[in-house]
Amino acid sequence: MDTQQQQSSIQGAKVLMVGAGGIGCELLKTLALSGFQDIHIIDMDTIEVSNLNRQFLFRRSHVGQSKAKVARDAVLRFRPHINIRSYHANVKNPEFDVDFFKQFDVVLNGLDNLDARRHVNRLCLAADVPLVESGTTGFLGQVTVHVKGKTECYECQTKPAPKTYPVCTITSTPTKFVHCIVWAKDLLFAKLFGDKNQDNDLNVRANNAASSSKETEDVFERAEDEDIDQYGRKIYDHVFGYNIEAALSNEETWKNRRRPRPIYSKEVLPECMSQQNGSTQNCSATDDDSTVSAMPLLGLKNPQELWGLTQNSLVFIEALKLFFAKRKKEIGHLTFDKDDQLAVEFVTAAANIRAESFGIPLHSLFEAKGIAGNIVHAVATTNAIVAGLIVIEAIKVLKKDADKYRMTYCLEHPSRKMLLMPVEPFEPNPACYVCSKTPLVLEINTRKSKLRDLVDKIVTAKLGMNLPLVMHGASLLYEVGDDLDAIMVANYNANLEKSLSELPSPVINGSILTVEDLQQELSCKINVKHREEFDEEKEPEGMVLSGWTQSPATNGESASTSNNENEKAVDVTESSSGPEMASKKRRLSETQPENDKKETENVESDDDELMEIENPVMVSKKKKRVE
Amino acid sequence: MDGEELTEQETALYDRQIRVWGANAQRRLTKSHILVSGIKGTVAEFCKNIVLAGVGSVTLMDDSLVNEEALNANFLIPPDENAYRGKTVAEICCDSLKDFNPMVLVSVEKGDLSARSTEFFEKFDVVVIGYGSLATKKAVNEKCRKLSKRVAFYTVDCRDSCGEIFVDLQDYKYTKVPCMMLQFCMSILTSLLWNFQQKKLEEKVECELNFPSFQEAVSVPWKPIPRRTAKLYFAMRVIEVFEENEGRKHGQCSLLDLPTVLEIKKKLCEANTVSESHVPDSLLERLITGTIEFPPACAIVGGILAQEVIKAVSGKGEPLNNFFYYDAQDGKGVMENISNSFTS
Repeated sequence: MDTQQQQSSIQGAKVLMVGAGGIGCELLKTLALSGFQDIHIIDMDTIEVSNLNRQFLFRRSHVGQSKAKVARDAVLRFRPHINIRSYHANVKNPEFDVDFFKQFDVVLNGLDNLDARRHVNRLCLAADVPLVESGTTGFLGQVTVHVKGKTECYECQTKPAPKTYPVCTITSTPTKFVHCIVWAKDLLFAKLFGDKNQDNDLNVRANNAASSSKETEDVFERAEDEDIDQYGRKIYDHVFGYNIEAALSNEETWKNRRRPRPIYSKEVLPECMSQQNGSTQNCSATDDDSTVSAMPLLGLKNPQELWGLTQNSLVFIEALKLFFAKRKKEIGHLTFDKDDQLAVEFVTAAANIRAESFGIPLHSLFEAKGIAGNIVHAVATTNAIVAGLIVIEAIKVLKKDADKYRMTYCLEHPSRKMLLMPVEPFEPNPACYVCSKTPLVLEINTRKSKLRDLVDKIVTAKLGMNLPLVMHGASLLYEVGDDLDAIMVANYNANLEKSLSELPSPVINGSILTVEDLQQELSCKINVKHREEFDEEKEPEGMVLSGWTQSPATNGESASTSNNENEKAVDVTESSSGPEMASKKRRLSETQPENDKKETENVESDDDELMEIENPVMVSKKKKRVE
Repeated sequence: MDGEELTEQETALYDRQIRVWGANAQRRLTKSHILVSGIKGTVAEFCKNIVLAGVGSVTLMDDSLVNEEALNANFLIPPDENAYRGKTVAEICCDSLKDFNPMVLVSVEKGDLSARSTEFFEKFDVVVIGYGSLATKKAVNEKCRKLSKRVAFYTVDCRDSCGEIFVDLQDYKYTKVPCMMLQFCMSILTSLLWNFQQKKLEEKVECELNFPSFQEAVSVPWKPIPRRTAKLYFAMRVIEVFEENEGRKHGQCSLLDLPTVLEIKKKLCEANTVSESHVPDSLLERLITGTIEFPPACAIVGGILAQEVIKAVSGKGEPLNNFFYYDAQDGKGVMENISNSFTS
């Protein structure tokens, strides 16, 4: 490396870091040590205890403080003369517009969610600033480089969409533990402790349910002085006993499925729970609300221990009692929080009882918490390695050493002897709707689907737009913004509730919509095609968006439909790992002239140095042959 | 089960990593004792990593005084002369490391590593020699191998933007998950698959490896070694001999030494009956002129080394066998297996 030239490009560079967490701490440290002198860092989070095993710039005394700010202070301690500017804010805020991004020579991401990554990708494209992306999970990690016009953008290869489950699987026919967790968390917990006004599918029933819906609503209401223990058992019997029996009455559902068994509290729990009652009452004077927990009261200490049906049932009742006894004020406003011990206990117990009923293996609290809380497992070493790789790519970008840009994968086991595997980046996907403006096709029932459905499921979720604008020809159907007057807002709200074909400017088969996000400077054309029917299981959203060329999904399918227990339910904040499987596509080097004067001693050819990521199954087979 | 449970504080702090390697592995880590000698950028990274991981104790040996070079790549040393004046590198790093994880016992051992008796090493489960001389590496490795207790032995060396790690676990039994397809799904999905695998304990496989000693590993005849082997292996052997012959410490060299180094290379190649192109001159030039470490390479090599030590202590996961090389120029991090088995 030509040190002089390199050092001056580093010293003069202005760098933006997005994320001050696992990767961010390591990255900021390595940037500072490498001679970078002007670093800006954005992070909206505050420090938690579980961060401390790897986010080494933070101490226990910092819990609750801004990550960006504390990281900055910590690094200035060993590099006092560099400039670090911290922003405790969401990178999606309007203040971080294209002009903001334009001031930087390179942007380095250390994010943990797809949404923010896509947003930053678009801003970098709009500002024409190179982006170095990264992600880690456990021992696996990767770093990729994205330079507009030269390489793929972050979205050229479609990222796996957040996993959602059909409603009926959650409410009636679970087959995996994660389905039970979603049920326990998003249905039961929400019904009992969350916003009463929210729609809740908990009591979705078979066709012959008829008029008993009013009765069942009353079950969940607790009378003013109804005994808590009794109430708990009533709920227990209703959701694990009565509801199951009602579901069983629909023969059709169970023709090819394993029948669940109803479970009633009296068969599992002792009639008299006076011992437990006593302990709950004894604690009333001294207990701090936030540390209220069912486990110690039941003599359960180890979160990794597997509880049986009885123990789970005891936890269920006890946790429910504790909510009503100690946290009554919160009931009706609670949302599940993985750091809320009592909520985790309740959801674990409820999920396990349901799992027992459906013959699904039970899980420990530790495991259940991971699934319910979408916890990403993480260690310091992978983050440190990835941070080193990011800085190396950043330096190449600053030197405009385009031939040397690499995507680097950090593996757990060597592949062709490599633990760190560099691969040449691919050219931009000419059919990428983000960087190549390809029009999209949306199949939807224009008579039944409302504009709201389109905005929520397509524009916000699938297209990842933050502050969208939806137009049909010259007619502005919907937009989001601070500067809208009340009449416009009322108009848009009215539009949201209309079906597409009933809009002021009717959207029907053949209509072309334009959706834009001015902040991301992204504009997409969507060709609308009317379709009557959608398969509830395969197309649960009731609409299908297509048109951009997917990367030839090599072995992606097996993974995405895997029996993975840690996949999330409805709303996913996924793990921190980034771009996925590359496919056989044009490599950057194929289009560039041979310009590297390879040393005569270096006899290895390009093919040896850079591995093409092939079909994973093929690669593993290859590996077997070699061994 | 391996002894007492983790405390509630440990479980909370180590939650995210317990989800990676399990509670049993974490328990073993908290009981492990690591000896680290020679602290520069890469070793500082390594120490940070193992302290965060929650090992039982880390004993630091480095009596050199803090100077400008030390300040360069070592983020454990605050640039405050009042703070570090008169203190050794080990002493300063000790204070910083304790801060990262108060549950780890970090201490300093003064003196010369190579002068220590065999019994001294028995206190440790892992010995890591950073930037050591050929003689020291050989002597300490021999002592470790003499003990009835298995002491895991590692050397690490970073120059310019390259790094070498050597691993000697003697006769080593471990468990691993035998699914190879896992890691090729470079996606969010991978992590999910991995997590899924973690639960299938019954699918773990028991394995055994036999590692050659350091002496053996660096004396392997060059001719039978496969041609595709990382050139760094050979280059490092040349540098090792050069520093030994000239009585130089790690990094005490410059472009002026190139002719001497090339002479040594020539002799070694002749002795091994291989052509001189076996060891690229350009690589040797890089290694002797790039005397300060490259911080990103330190982070990478320090990270890999820490992962290896964690694996060895926990007995879980396939270890590196027996060399690792990183070169930022081509971006590859490779494992090389070099032993006398080539000659048989």
